[in-house]
Amino acid sequence: MAAPMLRWGCRGRRWAFARVDGGSCHRRGAPTGSTSNQIRGESSVAQQPLHTAQKTRKGEHKWAAVVGLEIHAQISSNSKLFSGSQVRFSAPPNSLVSFFDASLPGTLPVLNRRCVEAAVMTGLALNCHINKKSLFDRKHYFYADLPAGYQITQQRLPIAVNGSLIYGVCAGKKQSQVIPKTVRIKQIQLEQDSGKSLHDNLRSQTLIDLNRAGVGLLEVVLEPDMSCGEEAATAVRELQLILQALGTSQANMAEGQLRVDANISVHHPGEPLGVRTEVKNLNSIRFLAKAIDYEIQRQINELENGGEILNETRSFHHKLGCTMSMRDKEGKQDYRFMPEPNLPPLVLYDATSLPAGADPQQVINIDQIRETLPELPSVTREKLVQQYGMLLEHSFTLLNEVGLLEFFQNVIKETRAEPKKVTSWVLNTFLGYLKQQNLAVSESPVTPSALAELLDLLDSRTISSSAAKQVMDVKNRNPRAINKLIGLVRKATQSRADPVMIKEILEKKLSL
Amino acid sequence: MLGRSLREVSAALKQGQITPTELCQKCLSLIKKTKFLNAYITVSEEVALKQAEESEKRYKNGQSLGDLDGIPIAVKDNFSTSGIETTCASNMLKGYIPPYNATVVQKLLDQGALLMGKTNLDEFAMGSGSTDGVFGPVKNPWSYSKQYREKRKQNPHSENEDSDWLITGGSSGGSAAAVSAFTCYAALGSDTGGSTRNPAAHCGLVGFKPSYGLVSRHGLIPLVNSMDVPGILTRCVNDAAIVLGALAGPDPRDSTTVHEPISKPFMLPSLADVSKLCIGIPKEYLVPELSSEVQSLWSKAADLFESEGAKVIEVSLPHTSYSIVCYHVLCTSEVASNMARFDGLQYGHRCDIDVSTEAMYAATRREGFNDVVRGRILSGNFFLLKENYENYFVKAQKVRRLIANDFVNAFNSGVDVLLTPTTLSEAVPYLEFIKEDNRTRSAQDDIFTQAVNMAGLPAVSIPVALSNQGLPIGLQFIGRAFCDQQLLTVAKWFEKQVQFPVIQLQELMDDCSAVLENEKLASVSLKQ
Repeated sequence: MAAPMLRWGCRGRRWAFARVDGGSCHRRGAPTGSTSNQIRGESSVAQQPLHTAQKTRKGEHKWAAVVGLEIHAQISSNSKLFSGSQVRFSAPPNSLVSFFDASLPGTLPVLNRRCVEAAVMTGLALNCHINKKSLFDRKHYFYADLPAGYQITQQRLPIAVNGSLIYGVCAGKKQSQVIPKTVRIKQIQLEQDSGKSLHDNLRSQTLIDLNRAGVGLLEVVLEPDMSCGEEAATAVRELQLILQALGTSQANMAEGQLRVDANISVHHPGEPLGVRTEVKNLNSIRFLAKAIDYEIQRQINELENGGEILNETRSFHHKLGCTMSMRDKEGKQDYRFMPEPNLPPLVLYDATSLPAGADPQQVINIDQIRETLPELPSVTREKLVQQYGMLLEHSFTLLNEVGLLEFFQNVIKETRAEPKKVTSWVLNTFLGYLKQQNLAVSESPVTPSALAELLDLLDSRTISSSAAKQVMDVKNRNPRAINKLIGLVRKATQSRADPVMIKEILEKKLSL
Repeated sequence: MLGRSLREVSAALKQGQITPTELCQKCLSLIKKTKFLNAYITVSEEVALKQAEESEKRYKNGQSLGDLDGIPIAVKDNFSTSGIETTCASNMLKGYIPPYNATVVQKLLDQGALLMGKTNLDEFAMGSGSTDGVFGPVKNPWSYSKQYREKRKQNPHSENEDSDWLITGGSSGGSAAAVSAFTCYAALGSDTGGSTRNPAAHCGLVGFKPSYGLVSRHGLIPLVNSMDVPGILTRCVNDAAIVLGALAGPDPRDSTTVHEPISKPFMLPSLADVSKLCIGIPKEYLVPELSSEVQSLWSKAADLFESEGAKVIEVSLPHTSYSIVCYHVLCTSEVASNMARFDGLQYGHRCDIDVSTEAMYAATRREGFNDVVRGRILSGNFFLLKENYENYFVKAQKVRRLIANDFVNAFNSGVDVLLTPTTLSEAVPYLEFIKEDNRTRSAQDDIFTQAVNMAGLPAVSIPVALSNQGLPIGLQFIGRAFCDQQLLTVAKWFEKQVQFPVIQLQELMDDCSAVLENEKLASVSLKQ
């Protein structure tokens, strides 16, 4: 089987949520200079800093980029959208497949209440209008991992519409200022996930895993209100945090629980929008930013060289750092949408429309779900700013790094040190070390208690700031750091202590 | 014993006059004798005998499960049956053994019914003759009846008898033939545009289409999801009510079943008088193609109600004539969608071509589906194209609503039940039938039955009398949505009045006395 498209999400990548520092569209028109590219581990091939191309040359128009996103978030639920099969990542292939998931003839969809609640909750958190009546449709295409030959989705009347997502982008000299931005949300629709195809070109065969087939997805459509990779990446990160706070999706991009397609076009401001391309296969936030900026640049170059942009689907190749046409063999797709006849309209209620004596098990009450909404990331940040007097951008960093907020709160609980000092230590020293060592917060050798104790010592002036930093260094297994400490002890004991013994004692104390 | 009604044989089982195993064996032996009818695709002999054995134990222990315990039944081969091949009379599903039972099958088995086998049909239920399945056409048992044969002897033009057999109608012709030939007491059909009522009329049976949403479709391999309902074929109205009682009710696996509680058991009162009834006669159903014999019986039936004190009024269903073309668009569109899953990957037929996924799909579907199915898939995909969707599908849906509203208006005007013909004429010989293609036939033959499916209403075809050729003619009653019980009650009264004659198949059966014991001749025959 020839189709060369790989639909697998890339696995095993750490730091999928790494901070994006690449794009710098907010400094459009600023003096040209190489941006600090702090992305780790990837050499940027074929990737030029965006703003070089956006520099206004004499006699030329400025370019503006328009970016819209379609985001698929896998709903965190025990069972699939229309069947009772379990939802679990990395289970043995085809072990979570019901008769319906395999599309055995005669099977019918039965809507999962939990998925509807997740959609309503997400819609409310994203300031959407919740449609009290929504409909399901069939979208047809032949693909080996789509056993029914159609996907059940919500094309005509989705469950939620007209929302907005507010995210903050860093700006200013040191990227230290947070500017709030809004992207409109066109709609949120419930739909089925497909299975996975694994193409073995060597033996020219395709292996199909239907474990994912039928898992509930929230398709969140973001209007083209963004203008560069960083904006898109930050918006997606914010959405990810919201979904995680709500518990409606684990939104782990590496596990394919959050998938993003970007629609990108460029035009001269004041002129009609350009032809757009769709970039798929964006499986980390970092690549999302890279891919969008690459594609914007590619389109500008293409147009400036007299070429034209094709309305096509492109795929981001993360090793080469570029987008490539997917050359869809089927040509123009006509999905032949049709109402799903086996599912009645989905009707939701609120306090005013709830029929008297309705069985709470049989109806979904929007107002009731609204009451159970947890604290959203924007509120958490506000609280951090108010409670600890930290800068807004610090609150962003605390939330953006997985597990960092919890770590911070645990340190705060155990130390006498000033919150500002804790913030600075956690965000600068601690996070800096982790990044240097390429570790996640959960993998940190330094526990919150250890850092709290260290900060206490610092607070009581038992040790100096530089000594504390060296302790951190040692804790983080920097072999040279312990030698410095040994040096300090020898100095303090006027070289009377045996260096070997000092090392032993230090190592024991530091539980290395 | 085989000629008895379901209720009668159920009483005989309870009284120990016959055991379930004896009954099962009688049916199996008759199935073998009538194999040439081609009513069954699969005879599930071992399963049936095992079920009979278990039923027998229950009877011995006084733990009978009810009226259906030990009763031989048959199921159209488009209902999924766990462990038993389910083919839809298509190459595509030859050898496909479902791992689960359709809800209606499970319910019958839970009541102790014995599954004799899976009955023949038009491929994927697309047809009105039961002539277009991969296992060949079904022969109407009435072709071999004494009544028909005697009439034919009088006809000097009669041709070669063997090649002049009649079609059963369809698409549930196998189920109709199975019940008509006494090989079982009830059979499940499916009804999308008349597929249960049409063969019932041609085979002299009661063919009941319940309200949409009253009976689960889970496990029924769909033709048109929004119109399909499991149908019931029996030899009398009471039997249909017993089966309906076992099947009706909400199913968590079918979200289109209705949650309103229904009264169970589904007992039909015997109407003593019909003077409070209002019978509607839709004037649009009087079409030029209607045979004079059917027309005459229809009018006599109306007279019968009137003479017994019922109010009989003419009503108008003005959008009736658009029903067939509207159905064509909606049916083919859903067919195109429903058939998309048959790609040879998970189950069913798969071709040998493996150069690419697309080539494999194409060859698999070309080999797996007959011309009728492929033709409908092609039309349906055409109607669903973005550029055509508004002009065809959406318009057809609007027309569908108008058709449904026609019925609502008729019932709102005070009509309790509508009385119409079921078919244009009696069954025709196979050689005559195949002169027209499937599409033409389906369009003609569904003319009186199809609009009911658009509106989701209950309807039943009741055999009325024999034609001049000695063949059954049925009339149709249409009821209000979810007033299935009222509809069947009226039908039961009518059935009692007309005393339709029992098919005489002595030549086919050794056990002729068993059939003859129940023979009745038309006493208040509408034909005079």
